[in-house]
Amino acid sequence: MDTLGLLALSPPGWGGTLLVGLWASIRIAVGAFGLGLAIGLAGAYGKIYGGPVLRDCLAVYTTVVRALPELILILLLYFGLTDLVNKLMLASGYGRIQISGVTAGVLVLGVVQGAYATEVLRGAILAVPSGQIEAARAMGMPAGKIARRITIPTMLGLALPGLSNLWLIATKDTALLAIVGFNELTLATRQAAGTTKAFFTFFIAAGVIYLVISMLSTWGFARLEAWARRGDPPRTAGGG
Amino acid sequence: MRALMMPHRIVMLAVAAGLVAWIVLTGNWSWLPKYAPMIGQGVWRTIWLLVLSVMIGFSLALPLGLAQASGPWYLARPARAFCTVIRGTPLLLQIWLLYYGLGSLFPGIPWIRESELWPILRQAWPYALLALSLSYAGYEGEVMRGAFASVPRGQIEAARAMGMPRRKIFARISLPLAFHSVLPTLGGETVLQLKATPLVATITVIEIYAVASRVRQDTLITYEPLFLVAAIYLMLAGLIVLGFRWLESRQPRRAA
Repeated sequence: MDTLGLLALSPPGWGGTLLVGLWASIRIAVGAFGLGLAIGLAGAYGKIYGGPVLRDCLAVYTTVVRALPELILILLLYFGLTDLVNKLMLASGYGRIQISGVTAGVLVLGVVQGAYATEVLRGAILAVPSGQIEAARAMGMPAGKIARRITIPTMLGLALPGLSNLWLIATKDTALLAIVGFNELTLATRQAAGTTKAFFTFFIAAGVIYLVISMLSTWGFARLEAWARRGDPPRTAGGG
Repeated sequence: MRALMMPHRIVMLAVAAGLVAWIVLTGNWSWLPKYAPMIGQGVWRTIWLLVLSVMIGFSLALPLGLAQASGPWYLARPARAFCTVIRGTPLLLQIWLLYYGLGSLFPGIPWIRESELWPILRQAWPYALLALSLSYAGYEGEVMRGAFASVPRGQIEAARAMGMPRRKIFARISLPLAFHSVLPTLGGETVLQLKATPLVATITVIEIYAVASRVRQDTLITYEPLFLVAAIYLMLAGLIVLGFRWLESRQPRRAA
C-alpha cells in the first residue's frame, strides 16, 4: 500500500480517524476559547473596576496560571476537577459520574486561556480614552450599556491581535490533551503512525492540517480586525 | 514591604501559607526519600535542556531574523516559511515527528548505524534538544525580524558613511541595538520555553515532570508529586525572570 493510500478516508486508510480527531480538536479549541473570553472579560473588568481583594485574587490567578506549564495545570485540573465533582456528587447522595473528555478539556483549557485573555482585554480596555466613558456616564448610561455600546466596540480593534494569538495557542494546546489520553488530532495521528509505521506521512499530514487552521485563522482575524477598526480615524503617516 | 501590610493581603498571605502547610502536613510524602535522587537528576536535566535549547535556538534565530529583515528573497522566503511552520504546528507534534520519524529512519541507514554518533542517536534526548531548539529558533526568529527591522536606518547609514565593513556594522550597530530592544521579550519567551520542556517527557526523557508521572504510576499518588513539581517550575520561572531583570539592568540606558 503506498503511503498516500494510508490517508484514504475509509479503512484501511486512516484519513477518517484523523478527521474525527480534528473535529474533536476544533470543538475543544472553540469551547476553550469562548470560555476563556468570558473569564477574560469578567477578569479584566474585575482587575480594573474591582475592589482591592478581588484585584489581588485575580492577580494571583493570572500569575500562577501563566507561570506553570500548561501540561501540569491540565493534569492538576483534570484530576482535581473530576475528583471534586465526584466527591460533591457522592456527598449529595448521587453516584459517581464520568466527565466526558470534551467537557474536561474545554474547562481546563478555558481556565488557562482565561488568564491570558484577562491580561489582553485589560490592556485593551485601559486603552479606551477615559473621556468617552466619562461622557457616557455623564449622559446617565448604566454600566452594562457603557460596556456594550462604548468600551467593547472601541477596544475590540486593539484586543483582536492579542485574541488572535490566544486562539492560535488554543488550537495548539488541544494537542496537550493527547497526554491525558483524549483522542484529538495529535493522538489520532500517533495511533495511525504507530500502527502503520508511516511516521512521516501522518505527522506531516497532521502538521499541514494545523498549518491550514492557523493560516485560515490568521486571515480571518485580520478581516475581523479591519472590520472592528472601520470607525477608527485614519492613521497619520510617520506618526503612530 | 509596605504594600503587603494591607489587612486583606495579610489574610490572603495567611490563607496561602495555610494552604501550603495543609498540603505539606496532610499530604502523603512517604515516596519522597526514595525518589529524591531522581528528582535532583530531573531538575538538572530540565535546566540543561532549557539552557542548551535557548542558546542553540537563539543562535539560529539571529540568521533567521536577519534573513527576513534584510536578506535577499531566496534567504528571506525559506526563513519565513520555517518560522510559519514552527509557529503554526503544536510543539508536541514536532517532537513526535522528529523522535518517531527520524528515530525510525536512522536504524535503516547503515553508515549512521556504524558511525560513532550512533550510541548518542539511539537515545531520546538529542531529538528532544533538537525539537526544543528548532521551536525556540522559530519563535525568536520572528522576534528578531522585528528587532532588526526596527534598528534606525540613520544609525546604519552613519556607520556606512564612516566606511565600516558590513560585518562590523552588524556586530557593532545592528546586533547590540536589536538585542537591547528584544531583551524584555526574550525573558518572557524563555519562561514559555521552560513551560514547554515537560513535553519531552512523552518521548522518555526523564526530566522533572517525568519524575512526577513516574511517582504517580508507581505509587498511585497523584497530587503531591504534581504540587512539588509545580513549586519547582515556579521557582525556575522566578529565577529566569530575575536573571533577565539583572541582564536588563546591565544594559546601558539612554539618558532621558
